[in-house]
Amino acid sequence: MQLEEEVEDKFELNISITNPEKVGEFHYISPFSTTLPMFRSKTFTVRRRFSDFLGLYEKLSDKHTPNGYIVPPPPEKSIMGMTKVKVGKEDNSSAEFVERRRAALERYLQRVVFHPSLLQDPDVREFLERDDMPRAHNTQALSGAGFLKMINRATDSLSKMTIKMNESDVWFEEKLQEVEAEDQQLRKLHIMVDSLVGHRKELSVNTGGFAKSVAMLGSSEDNTALSRALSQLAEVEDKMEQLHQEQAASDSFCFAELLADYIRLLGSVRASFDQRMKTWQRWQDAQNMLQKKRETEAKLLWANKPDKLQQAKDDITEWEAKVTQYERDFDRVSATVRKEVLRFEKEKACDFKKQIIKYLESLLQSQQQLIKYWEAFLPEAKAIA
Amino acid sequence: LLRCFGCVLRVVVLLEGEPLAVNVDLQTDATLQVDISDALSERDKVKFTVHTKSTLPNFKQNEFSVVRQHEEFIWLHDSFVENEEYAGYIIPPAPPRPDFDASREKLQKLGEGEGSMTKEEFTKMKQELEAEYLAIFKKTVAMHEVFLCRVAAHPVLRKDMNFHVFLEYNQDLSVRGKNKREKMEDFFKNVVKSADGVLVAGVKDVDDFFEHEKTFLLEYHNRVKDASSKSDRMIRSHKNAADDINRIASTLYTLGTQDSTDVCKFFLKVSELFEKTRKIEARVAADEDLKLADLLKYYLRESQAAKDLLYRRGRALVDYENANKALDKARAKNKDVLQAETSQQVCCQKFEKISESAKQELIDFKTRRVAAFRKNLVELAELELKHAKGNLQLLQSCVGVLKGDT
Repeated sequence: MQLEEEVEDKFELNISITNPEKVGEFHYISPFSTTLPMFRSKTFTVRRRFSDFLGLYEKLSDKHTPNGYIVPPPPEKSIMGMTKVKVGKEDNSSAEFVERRRAALERYLQRVVFHPSLLQDPDVREFLERDDMPRAHNTQALSGAGFLKMINRATDSLSKMTIKMNESDVWFEEKLQEVEAEDQQLRKLHIMVDSLVGHRKELSVNTGGFAKSVAMLGSSEDNTALSRALSQLAEVEDKMEQLHQEQAASDSFCFAELLADYIRLLGSVRASFDQRMKTWQRWQDAQNMLQKKRETEAKLLWANKPDKLQQAKDDITEWEAKVTQYERDFDRVSATVRKEVLRFEKEKACDFKKQIIKYLESLLQSQQQLIKYWEAFLPEAKAIA
Repeated sequence: LLRCFGCVLRVVVLLEGEPLAVNVDLQTDATLQVDISDALSERDKVKFTVHTKSTLPNFKQNEFSVVRQHEEFIWLHDSFVENEEYAGYIIPPAPPRPDFDASREKLQKLGEGEGSMTKEEFTKMKQELEAEYLAIFKKTVAMHEVFLCRVAAHPVLRKDMNFHVFLEYNQDLSVRGKNKREKMEDFFKNVVKSADGVLVAGVKDVDDFFEHEKTFLLEYHNRVKDASSKSDRMIRSHKNAADDINRIASTLYTLGTQDSTDVCKFFLKVSELFEKTRKIEARVAADEDLKLADLLKYYLRESQAAKDLLYRRGRALVDYENANKALDKARAKNKDVLQAETSQQVCCQKFEKISESAKQELIDFKTRRVAAFRKNLVELAELELKHAKGNLQLLQSCVGVLKGDT
């Protein structure tokens, strides 16, 4: 644990994803710069398709989720996203959607590389370095709906299992409840923030309409000073239209997207708890099987069938080994899940604080702009005679 | 819920200290001062206490109050409109009917949805709706008051008998619910008027002043109408956004109370911030409503009243011209000449009287309008600045605290 932290402090790994270019599909260019010795060079750039990102997730998830790791999920394929609420006119090619996806992919990749275990994975290195990636096929399962379905299935089986499991460590049970409660609240919050984005966009449009109307009124006003003041008011409202538009973008990119990320991430957290359950179940099943084999041996001894006895003894040895192995697996996975959850919580706290402060600062700047506009207008209003 | 709400809601408007005649700059005259000192909202009617202070000999006392309802204001307004003597004046526009329907509907919905929200959320929303109801209530009081003040400030209208009866007679005026026949008559009168209006508008005026005023008012009225509806829409969106921030604050609070970790404390602080900023946002929307939307609505009605004046003058002009033609015909035939002469005299006098007072009225209208816009635009800008600075300060101090914590 200590060593990993040291490594975290020492290396540098800057990843960003820049503008996509449309070549058949969107290609994303990810310029990297790093001081990590494991990479071939210090700075490099590669191009990836959206489906490549999904392919990376699939590979990482297949390998690491069964061991209890929380593998960061990629953004959804679909436009609708989480809340199924269409906010304004959006389609695949709209500038807003493109930017949203770009930023989401960037955050996704950053989360992957800042996970100390995942960074060591050769698939991640290949993704970052390799010039040409073979097309990832069968990412259908990872389209928005598919991913959510997978998570929902996992949580369904999870809820069936929790009744049966004798939780020796109450930490896991409590933690899972916390995660589920948080998930609920975050989803609620996301819907509300989406609503805010919608209303701010509406406000922007309506302010623009009002600005034009005031300009018209000003031009028909026959008192000169009032006419000028009204046209100044129209200009202020015009600037407000712009300001509201920018604010809505900030609401969306800083706040809503943060919530969407964590709703997806919580899904991965629940998946890791589910995996732990599966390993527990496997251990239990092996114990039951061992019990059965012992009973078989006993029966054979009683029935005095020495030829089958050796088989029975071999079976017992086999299943004893499995039981030991599965118990070890369960302990190992439990330890990993625990460690992962703690790391996740630390990262989440950091992320939320950083992003929300950034969001508040954007609100702050809006107010400063607002003040400038109205301060410029006030003397014009006072000049009316 | 509806019952406890629709019941008595009393507002003593004077205590607010807010200047009430927000849309009209009026000089108060010691000889006659009128205001609405109290108002009561009861189920579906509002009772206004009209308070008068006067040194005029016409009244029995120097200070007195009566209780009036909306219909009685309308009766007074209509009596001015129907009075031929006042044809040459801009009749102060009637106050709009008190409309609590939207508010009542929201309250109904809240009552129905009580089971699906937490106690805190419910209390919060109830408080907001009550505040909204109160705001609408205050507005309707202000609008009724402005009407009376305009009448009291007008050199001729203030002497009107009906006005004095309205102010002084402390019994029911029994004018509620015009009978059906009267309503039908009104309907037809308005139809004829608008048809006539088109006719008269087409006639070019010899007098440059009135020709200019006609062109100006027609265009101005339409543009004020558009600005008024657009401002309403804008303010509506603003209120919706403030409501969203309110809900976000509540959910952040719930998140913050789930634990006592650092991140939860963070959520609580942000929730507190949003609670405060959304109150300011709601105030911004409310002030924009008062200073901008109400101003535009008022001048929509006033410009209509000014148009009506021009229409009446136009009608009088048409009557005068017809009387001239009739006189020429009579002289040509040498039949009923005296009758025609008298008729023509009457029409001429009527037309000249209206023209004279109309000119002054329209000049006064312009002065009032410019003054009202100035007052409201200055106040609007000052309020926007005050609220923006308030918001800025809250945000700055919160960001400072949050950054310090990490």
